[in-house]
Amino acid sequence: MIKLSINGEEKQFPEPQAVAELIASMGLIGKRIALECNGEIVPRSQFATHLLQDGDTIEIVVAVGGG
Amino acid sequence: MSDNLIIAGKTYKSRLLVGTGKYKDFTETRAALDASGAEIVTVAIRRTNLGQNPNEPSLLDAVPPSKFTYLPNTAGCYTADDAVRTLRLARELLDGHSLVKLEVLGDPQSLYPNVIETIAAAKTLVAEGFQVMVYTSDDPIVAKQLEDIGCVAIMPLASLIGSGMGILNPWNLQLVMERVKVPVIVDAGVGTASDAAIAMELGCDGVLMNTAIAGAKDPLLMASAMKKGVEAGREAYRAGRMPKKLYSASPSSPTAGIIASVRS
Repeated sequence: MIKLSINGEEKQFPEPQAVAELIASMGLIGKRIALECNGEIVPRSQFATHLLQDGDTIEIVVAVGGG
Repeated sequence: MSDNLIIAGKTYKSRLLVGTGKYKDFTETRAALDASGAEIVTVAIRRTNLGQNPNEPSLLDAVPPSKFTYLPNTAGCYTADDAVRTLRLARELLDGHSLVKLEVLGDPQSLYPNVIETIAAAKTLVAEGFQVMVYTSDDPIVAKQLEDIGCVAIMPLASLIGSGMGILNPWNLQLVMERVKVPVIVDAGVGTASDAAIAMELGCDGVLMNTAIAGAKDPLLMASAMKKGVEAGREAYRAGRMPKKLYSASPSSPTAGIIASVRS
């Protein structure tokens, strides 16, 4: 089991997975999002290859209304 | 005669910049933006809602980045580090878009800018190639420092964010304008159309607002009023107002040819 913190919530997964798999499991495919892992941007071009490891802290953001 | 706003080499017709927050829904947001005539619109960057409905409407659909110039902000950031990370995410989200609004706040009660953290964040962002429009206090020394760092617009508050208190210190805004060459855009504090007009009459290059429109009873009508207020103020500034003359009466009608008083 690996533990990931996603947007402040602890989630457990059976094994390390690529960012693309996580995005797919969250129903975010095709959505305009940006993703940061441990404070560093993971570019969209690396979603398929970037492997998430136990203890990673992930932020996934969107654009919302704001002033 | 053209009188355009130029920020980081790009030309804009409208001198009114508006936020996209606090509207009832995206339909109202879009209608208010259209009524305001704004071309530059601020957006916030927030965590996606885990477990949200994937078909939920998105701001990007209602306010397409192909039609508006997005200005992602760092609202809610209290440190330079958080602000820098937020804007890196924004740049990734918006396909390399580099025009951003930096704001680093001091405390949640006043939302007053923390200029120390703002300056630190501005240095990092400019070095990373961002075009930084920066929310700051109306301190002319700090404004000049931010320009020297390489910010593309200085955006002093007129009064506190969301307060609607208007232009509280026109003299400081003038000091800021005297010192910096990049556009000076009043950001925060405008409450009604006359406030926007006053900012423009002072010589500011633009006005940025959100709550004044979204918080009005009729946001669409207020958006239209703000458009006119900004335009009227700009024209008055360019026209050059008459001097104020206390005790120097000058009638507008001829003083000759007035009929005689009837003797009693």
